Amino acid sequence: MADDVLFEFLHMEMVSHIYKEQASRGEMDKDRATCVSALEGMGFRVGQGLIERFTKDSPSFKDDLDIMKFICKDFWINVFRKQIDNLRTNHQGTYVLQDNKFSLLTQLSSGKQYLEEAPKYLAYSCGLVRGALSNLGMDCVVTAEVSPMPSCKFQVVIQKI
Amino acid sequence: MAVCIAVIAKENYPLYIRSVPTQNELKFHYTVHTSLDVVEEKISAVGKAMADQRELYLGLLYPTEDYKVYGYVTNSKVKFVIVVDSSNTSLRDNEIRSMFRKLHNSFTDVMCNPFYNPGDTIQSKAFDGMVSAMMVQAS
Repeated sequence: MADDVLFEFLHMEMVSHIYKEQASRGEMDKDRATCVSALEGMGFRVGQGLIERFTKDSPSFKDDLDIMKFICKDFWINVFRKQIDNLRTNHQGTYVLQDNKFSLLTQLSSGKQYLEEAPKYLAYSCGLVRGALSNLGMDCVVTAEVSPMPSCKFQVVIQKI
Repeated sequence: MAVCIAVIAKENYPLYIRSVPTQNELKFHYTVHTSLDVVEEKISAVGKAMADQRELYLGLLYPTEDYKVYGYVTNSKVKFVIVVDSSNTSLRDNEIRSMFRKLHNSFTDVMCNPFYNPGDTIQSKAFDGMVSAMMVQAS
């Protein structure tokens, strides 16, 4: 039925709500950074909770690559109903997850239109991945870039202290 | 029936610790603290062993003369420790596993509660209720 789009609509509303709030308070300059951080923070907390639920029954992970594969398959399927299409790594703590048809971007456009608005819609998902990984013990920084929509790449860089 | 139940965070500080109130609580706190070393040892030992399916349930950590201590670790490195009375007619492994299962389920529910910040002590009444059901009834 229409279940699939429930989250997509909620997400779009979330993004526009955050930006409207900031706009009504004036100060357009530092807006973008705070909005993006707010969305990312939301995603972070949700990611932590989700991971607790998803890994309840699965055995422990062997290493970082195993964790990334779990994110690409099970986690992505549960949240976005499809798998990550491509995972690349340099084996030194950097992973690139490529999704060729990211479900939160499919409705925006299928080319270069609205490219500059896309990052807003990716902040929450970056937070989601960061929260999930942090709860599994990997501290990292997640950034996203959009090539022709709706495909996008999430880059995960593991912080080694 | 457990005598003491503890939930310990990834960074090894307690998120929740409850023991049967009539007894010396400090002794239980100390027992749980020492059991953490055994848990760490088990976690790292399995890591170096064959790359088989690794279980979350760690089993009997160590027996003292009065008590037996069981451990369980989640994928987010949160540890559950249950202390049971040795004089109790030995609880079967399955019962201990099911106790850990219930603990894990309730902990997951706490985690998903938006009012709970990961890293805080657990204040949830539902969690309290579930733990009380598992503890020895104080007479």
